[in-house]
Amino acid sequence: METVKTQDVTVNDLPWKIAYIPERCTMCGSCVATCTFNAIEATMERRSITVSTASFPEPTQRHIATPIIKQKGSIINACVGCGMCEKICPNQAIRPTRNQDSRFNLLARSSGSPIKRGGRTNLNKDRTLDKIVIGRISQMTDPSLDSERHTFDVRAPFGRVLLPRELPFAIENGELQMADKVPPVHWIYPIIFSDMSIGALSTRAWEAIAIATAYLNEKYNMPVRMCSGEGGMPVKLMESDFLKYMIMQVASGHFGWNRIIKAIPKMKVDPAGILIKIGQGAKPGDGGLLPAAKVAEHIQAIRGVPKADLLSPPNHQGLYSIEESVQKMHMSFNAAFNFRVPVAIKCAASATSVSVYNNLLRDPYKICGGFFLDGIQGGTGAANEVSLDHTGHPVVSKVRECYLAAVKQGRQGQIPLWAGSGVGLTGNVAADAMKIICLGANGVFIGKILIQLCGCIGNEAGRCNACNTGFCPTGICTQDPRLVKRLDVDRAAQNIVNYMLAVDSEMRKIMAPIGNSALPVGRSDALVTMDKDMADKLSIQYSC
Amino acid sequence: MCRIGAIKSKEAFHPSQALYLMLPQQEGHDNSGFAMVMQDLYGVFGEYKDKPLMSLVCTTKGLKKVDDYMETHNFVAVQEWAPKVNPQPGLDIQAMPHYVFRNYDYPCSYQNASQEDKEALLLDTRLNLRSMLEKDGEGYVFSFWPDVLTLKEIGDPRDIATYFGLWEDSGEMMAKNVVVQCRQNTNYEIVRYAAHPFFIQGYTLCANGENTFYTKNKEYQKTLSRGYIGFESDSQCFLYTLHYALRELKWPIKYYKHVITPLPFEEVEKRPDKAVLTAIRQSFGHLEINGPNTIIGMLPDGSMITCCDSKKLRPVVVGGDETTIAISSEVCGLNTILPNRNREQDMYPNEREIVVITPELEVQRWKQ
Repeated sequence: METVKTQDVTVNDLPWKIAYIPERCTMCGSCVATCTFNAIEATMERRSITVSTASFPEPTQRHIATPIIKQKGSIINACVGCGMCEKICPNQAIRPTRNQDSRFNLLARSSGSPIKRGGRTNLNKDRTLDKIVIGRISQMTDPSLDSERHTFDVRAPFGRVLLPRELPFAIENGELQMADKVPPVHWIYPIIFSDMSIGALSTRAWEAIAIATAYLNEKYNMPVRMCSGEGGMPVKLMESDFLKYMIMQVASGHFGWNRIIKAIPKMKVDPAGILIKIGQGAKPGDGGLLPAAKVAEHIQAIRGVPKADLLSPPNHQGLYSIEESVQKMHMSFNAAFNFRVPVAIKCAASATSVSVYNNLLRDPYKICGGFFLDGIQGGTGAANEVSLDHTGHPVVSKVRECYLAAVKQGRQGQIPLWAGSGVGLTGNVAADAMKIICLGANGVFIGKILIQLCGCIGNEAGRCNACNTGFCPTGICTQDPRLVKRLDVDRAAQNIVNYMLAVDSEMRKIMAPIGNSALPVGRSDALVTMDKDMADKLSIQYSC
Repeated sequence: MCRIGAIKSKEAFHPSQALYLMLPQQEGHDNSGFAMVMQDLYGVFGEYKDKPLMSLVCTTKGLKKVDDYMETHNFVAVQEWAPKVNPQPGLDIQAMPHYVFRNYDYPCSYQNASQEDKEALLLDTRLNLRSMLEKDGEGYVFSFWPDVLTLKEIGDPRDIATYFGLWEDSGEMMAKNVVVQCRQNTNYEIVRYAAHPFFIQGYTLCANGENTFYTKNKEYQKTLSRGYIGFESDSQCFLYTLHYALRELKWPIKYYKHVITPLPFEEVEKRPDKAVLTAIRQSFGHLEINGPNTIIGMLPDGSMITCCDSKKLRPVVVGGDETTIAISSEVCGLNTILPNRNREQDMYPNEREIVVITPELEVQRWKQ
């Protein structure tokens, strides 16, 4: 007998344990083949069994070696609970179960490095939006509209809006004429497909979202825009008409911009916009991270980099103040497209968000075409877990504060507010979007739900969250060509399209009862909450 | 729901006409008040057209405060008229002690001031008086403007008319334009300021409906002008937007409709003036109205306008003859005061129209 080595890692130390029923298993090997994390293996187990083969009891004991599927007791090969084994097993013989006694957080730092993972915060699941309802329903004072028969303008501005008195109008023969240039503003669908890069996503997953975007525009006249994420775009797309549906992102790593700039002379149409990413709600101040495992050859080509960990710095090098940001970055990107393309900025929600927004609102060049606020419930392809779970700021009250700061100055709507992080976390994008819009946002951006529609099985209860590993079991967040093949691009795009069509109907289903045919931006009187503190914080009605 | 109306005539008429316009529509309102704005005055006010006329109801204490304020600020009263009231038992009216309609001369220092400065002074004076009287509920200043008279009262319009002797045409209170409404604001608190029509610097407006973008409108308007105050009714927002677009920005009237009920994006896209219309929509996003509404407005030059919400959820009809044209929520009002007009020429403006009746009584229909 050996003394037990208590410090050895065993299956019971891991966050997920495999529940395996050997009696149901035919040892087909599908589960082992499908597990991208190499968390299970086929092995032999010595068994001592009692058998009786006669027609009357004649028990004998035998020692046999029997093949089984076994979970590895290893941190590197820890099961992430993705459930692909269960999905593939023809006999329901295997499935992951959550282990409440996991010691993973204590053991996974054994290399001296922080724990890294993808996904979203798993600690801050409490949702403000679920405690708000749309409570101002048109009854006898005014009629509700008919969501099926009336027309609705479900559109949001992307671009810098001028005050009425700043409009360069001349009056000629009783007609207003535009006497000077105004900043470009595009009226788009109030839900933007958020910035997930090629690199973080597999090219095929990225393509699925791009296909869905184009389809929604071309077939359903829904002007949904997709943001590229930091990491460049396929040259063919940049040279195609479909570029007009894309918002191109630049972040602190400037990945992919070399190719973008080279492609500018060949662009037939302008992109929908430029989004400068300053920070990301899921990992504020931590910079971007694309592990070398995901930097495949085509990613190296698109980004113009060698195979290595790609770290976007936490700040834009060379910029030390917001004034510089406005003058250098905004100006240069505006100039790159001859002031025809709106340039917006994305920041992680923070205690300082209102200050940033105020500065942008007061910028004399009127150059910022949108303020994207990304909260703590946002997602990411890879980050340090300490950032994911312990840094960040809820987005809802922050959007409200920014809006009310603008109201105080009579500048609401001048720089459109876009909010993201956890929009659609419970699967209901329309309701989440409409509530944030009533609080003052012009629109929202969604990310995680898009990949969930593609097939991602990750959640904020710690399931999978392995976007950083290159082993994404659904082929969405990996560059491994064998895994990418698991993703049916057409079905993924179709899921997104169908979901958005449903969302569009649901948006009307909310606008109609409150008697609005245009988006109720800032219509806080339409909201009620049963939480008094929330009512006070958001300046909305308290009801009980 | 409110019922609203307006009469514009080449000949001065008595406010009893306004009552006859409104009373047949009483099934649609609750007879909870009476309010009207008269412009282009005759009778006792006819000779004082250029002298700002204060329309004031107040307590004795309030009147003293107003007198002191006006004296301190060097306004000189040149004429005063008060209606002869007929208090009778059983009248449904919440009358106040004093109803004062008084013309003032501008302070000496303003005799040579620009029109703009004079108009700013009148606005400031009204706002100051309002704030002074509001604290202790000592009175209400509805308008302070040349050639404009406002009366607002709480109660049954018929009883209010009896109280003020509005049924009899004495020739004292005459005007060529009247905008009228027979209901207090019953959505919110009953206060005199909440009754339509509302007035600011020559612009008068009343509305029938519910502005579901009230909060947005209000939050935006508060910073646009010091005169945009009160907001006791969601319909005040329509007036302030009208004032802002026409007076502050000096835009042609037809653009008012583009501000409050912009065209759907798909239609704007096909228009030659899409750059202008899009710019208006985005810059005025917070002044757009939603919900069911009809608006009747009166401009400083005496023009009258009417338009509806973008879904045409509230009614309005315009009709008249060569001398008089009236706007009314319901046609029964027109039938009462203008029974002999050619009814085939009555107009029911649609959701894309703004109808303008010029001072010459020409009716223009601007299609959005």
